[in-house]
Amino acid sequence: MISAAALQMSCVAALLTLAAVAIVLSRSKRASDVIYGLTMAVSVVATAASMSWLVRGGPEASAVILPIGLPWLGAHFRLDSLASFFLIVVNFGGAIASLYGLGYGRHESAPHRVLPFFPAFLAGMNLVVLADDAFSYLLCWEFMSLASWALVMAHHREAGNAKAGYVYLVMASFGTLALLLAFGLLAGPAGDYGFAAIRTAQHTPYAAGLVLILMLLGAGSKAGLVPLHVWLPLAHPAAPSHVSALMSGVMTKVAIYGFIRVVFDLLGQPAWWASVVVLFLGGITAVMGILYAMMEQDLKRLLAYSTIENVGIIFVSLGLALGFQANGMKLAAALAFTAALFHVLNHSLFKSLLFFGAGAVLTSTRERDMDKLGGLIHRMPMTSFAVLVGCVAISALPPFNGFVSEWLMFQAVLQSPDLPQWALKIMVPAVGAMLALAAALAAACFVKAYGVTFLGRPRSAAAETADEVDRYSIAAMFILAVLCLLAGILPGLVIDALSPITLQILGGRMPIQANEAWLSIAPIAESRSSYNGFLVLVFITISASLAVFFIHRFASHALRRGPAWGCGFSDPTPAAQYSGESFAQPIRRVFGTLAFHARDHVEMPPPGDIGAARLRIELHDLVWERMYQPTAVAVGWSSERLNRLQFLTIRRYLSLVFATLVALLLVLAIWS
Amino acid sequence: MVVMSDIAVQGVQMLLVLLLAPLLTGFVRKIKARLVRRQGASIFQPYRDLLRLLRKEVVLADNASWLFRVTPYVTFAAIWVAAALVPTFATGLLFNWTADLIAIVALLGSARFFLALAGMDVGTSFGGIGSSREVMIAALAEPAMLLIVFCMALVAGSTQLSTVANFLASSYVGLRVSLGMALIALIMVALAENARIPIDNPATHLELTMVHEAMVLEYSGRHLAMIEFGAFLKLLLYISLIACVFVPWKIALFGTGPLAYAVGAGAYIVKLAVAGFLLALFETATAKMRVFRIPQFLGAALMLGLLGTLLLFVSRSF
Repeated sequence: MISAAALQMSCVAALLTLAAVAIVLSRSKRASDVIYGLTMAVSVVATAASMSWLVRGGPEASAVILPIGLPWLGAHFRLDSLASFFLIVVNFGGAIASLYGLGYGRHESAPHRVLPFFPAFLAGMNLVVLADDAFSYLLCWEFMSLASWALVMAHHREAGNAKAGYVYLVMASFGTLALLLAFGLLAGPAGDYGFAAIRTAQHTPYAAGLVLILMLLGAGSKAGLVPLHVWLPLAHPAAPSHVSALMSGVMTKVAIYGFIRVVFDLLGQPAWWASVVVLFLGGITAVMGILYAMMEQDLKRLLAYSTIENVGIIFVSLGLALGFQANGMKLAAALAFTAALFHVLNHSLFKSLLFFGAGAVLTSTRERDMDKLGGLIHRMPMTSFAVLVGCVAISALPPFNGFVSEWLMFQAVLQSPDLPQWALKIMVPAVGAMLALAAALAAACFVKAYGVTFLGRPRSAAAETADEVDRYSIAAMFILAVLCLLAGILPGLVIDALSPITLQILGGRMPIQANEAWLSIAPIAESRSSYNGFLVLVFITISASLAVFFIHRFASHALRRGPAWGCGFSDPTPAAQYSGESFAQPIRRVFGTLAFHARDHVEMPPPGDIGAARLRIELHDLVWERMYQPTAVAVGWSSERLNRLQFLTIRRYLSLVFATLVALLLVLAIWS
Repeated sequence: MVVMSDIAVQGVQMLLVLLLAPLLTGFVRKIKARLVRRQGASIFQPYRDLLRLLRKEVVLADNASWLFRVTPYVTFAAIWVAAALVPTFATGLLFNWTADLIAIVALLGSARFFLALAGMDVGTSFGGIGSSREVMIAALAEPAMLLIVFCMALVAGSTQLSTVANFLASSYVGLRVSLGMALIALIMVALAENARIPIDNPATHLELTMVHEAMVLEYSGRHLAMIEFGAFLKLLLYISLIACVFVPWKIALFGTGPLAYAVGAGAYIVKLAVAGFLLALFETATAKMRVFRIPQFLGAALMLGLLGTLLLFVSRSF
């Protein structure tokens, strides 16, 4: 019997072997089936292994040390409850993406650019979660980034993809730099890079604060915290859709894992102000992410922006957990932390589902622009049903899973009066209102995404002649849709399965939910609040059936098809329908003037001209224009200046080296 | 045996809200008519309207999808379940703990989500304009609603409506500034959610300012009946909510027997009548506002909710 960690590591080894095999095979015809099939098998095994580990209540952590990496340290890998949960997210996401890839990959124009990197990317994410020393962690993190970068660049000739890859690379390097510094601080002057040593070491408040900031920069840039999110809506949509699903649904979660591992596990008892910072960033990210999504017309970019929103929601919840933990409120901390983990799971489910749906639309219409789609519910009934479930789930509506995690977060927010710090007391309800705003805007955004893409009349020939996609893709989408419902109606099972993690990280747990009657959940006590998704579903089903029965028994059955009424005026062309931009107009006017400096310009033809008037919408991405463009200009300007140094004579180089040496020695002399 | 009687009481409540909802709307319409010196239709007119719609054939747009035909039932069911979970004449009914106030609000959100999608389904401009404005109003109303929930939960220590109602009914809570603010905010949100004046006008059919009516413009026959019935129920739900939290007098405790239930039901009907009268009075006295004034209106509700919550933090006695 091999240890659990060894089993996970052999799955990783299998994935890496598959990547190598894919390089050899990739030009053959059956390569796609073989690679995706085997990747799926390996991922299923890995998922089952971590699941059984977590369900057994997370026994003693199991470790593997490989004789590679730093010579005096070796490469440490370790499986504990936290890691096993994230391994489930990673490997289940990988398995379902492979299933989807079995169908989707057949349309791939350049399989040799995707197949080798797909298992490698999965292996990289597994390794990040398993790593147990700073050196292996950073190495695996970089491996994961580069593998995903290669996948982003799979279609490098398409417009915009090269830029996406470039921005991604720059931001990933920036993030790794921040992580490098964070681990440097954690290891301290002794330089002990093992996580076990870091965990037991004492960290000064100053160093701990700095590490928190660096982790927010490093893990936050990978997860998509505003204002470090700019690469995400460029890179995620550029990859093939099943890879987009992995990047959005899973890789952002690996970044969140990194944050949790360092801030909750390695740093020890947090300071209360850490919570303020995380809450603030999370709240801003949630609202801005979904506002960006609302303004977007490209289906996959909309989904990528919505990922930013969900990352914000998770960070808000983590911030709450930090605040409660800093004040020793174990139960409330466990509640907030469980909500965060539950949302991690939920988001990985419905975001994968939605990206698969977007991929299906892309396959059958070759179109990502919503304003060229429409009416797909008639042409692609299965896809549109599954995507509808995903849209309801991501909009946090009962009885689906998105609602349960948001409900738990609101319950955690309601614990805030017991916090002693005034800043937190005032901040938490305000952040709660921001969460509610984000949830309501998410519902608006997905009404728009679904309504414009799948409902209405087709806006282009491609949408009019679209066909349903292959059955692998449909199977993948339906599995996810069923899981979204199951997690929504049986939340108690998920919460109980997560309790070993909160016990390990926070030393507290939520009450056992299996004891509640009728599968309901009660985070603190039933008299305070309870929710029963299962009964809600049953009641809705019963009352809807009653209504249907009554109507069919007693009401008229007559039904006549006719042209749409529209108050007597039928729109001449499908282009006159409400488009994505027009749907967003009310919200653009309410929130956009502040967030995007949005303005509508009506351009009228001169008098006498019978040409059409035009409406031009002016939107500014303030983060990009105010932060990134000036930085890019400054970097460009200074490198232009420094460029001269490349063309010096040998004498000048030598004097430059000498001057630098003297200067550095002087600094050292003055410093010490 | 006990479970059976519990289920029976819960069943009575589900039927009661169903029976009273059209009557409430008829009553409000009648009062509005009388206030402007019209005779007005009978207060039973909404029942007749529903029956008439049920007997009519459905005219469906050529490209309407299955979603369009399913939505009336889904929205009706979601609103009915939500309405049955708000305590009306008695607290602590068997299924009250199925969902707390946050979940009830979210159930209404589910109903709205499907209705907004149905508005987009046929692909007419009216449906689109209605849906897009409806989601904007919802986006503004939901944060305000959540702060109201916070405010109540801070006072009563629970988001469970039965517990809140029992707490406010039994112990001496007294007049509190923050509860007053929450009440005003809740009324503002309720007006917006029910598409009443000054947010939307339930009586118009051909104005570009309309929101809810534009969204359901393509519906006819039995589908329209379901949607209208849902709207009646939603109005009843919000009035029950305000009544059970802010005026929980005479509301029966669970298991106190048929007499207490009868008293509770009588008190409930009186409360509905008073609230309906006040609503009619308010609607006659105000004009509808421009669509882009709504953010200010709901922003004020949000600020009131936040202020009420913060006041509770400053001192538990406000």
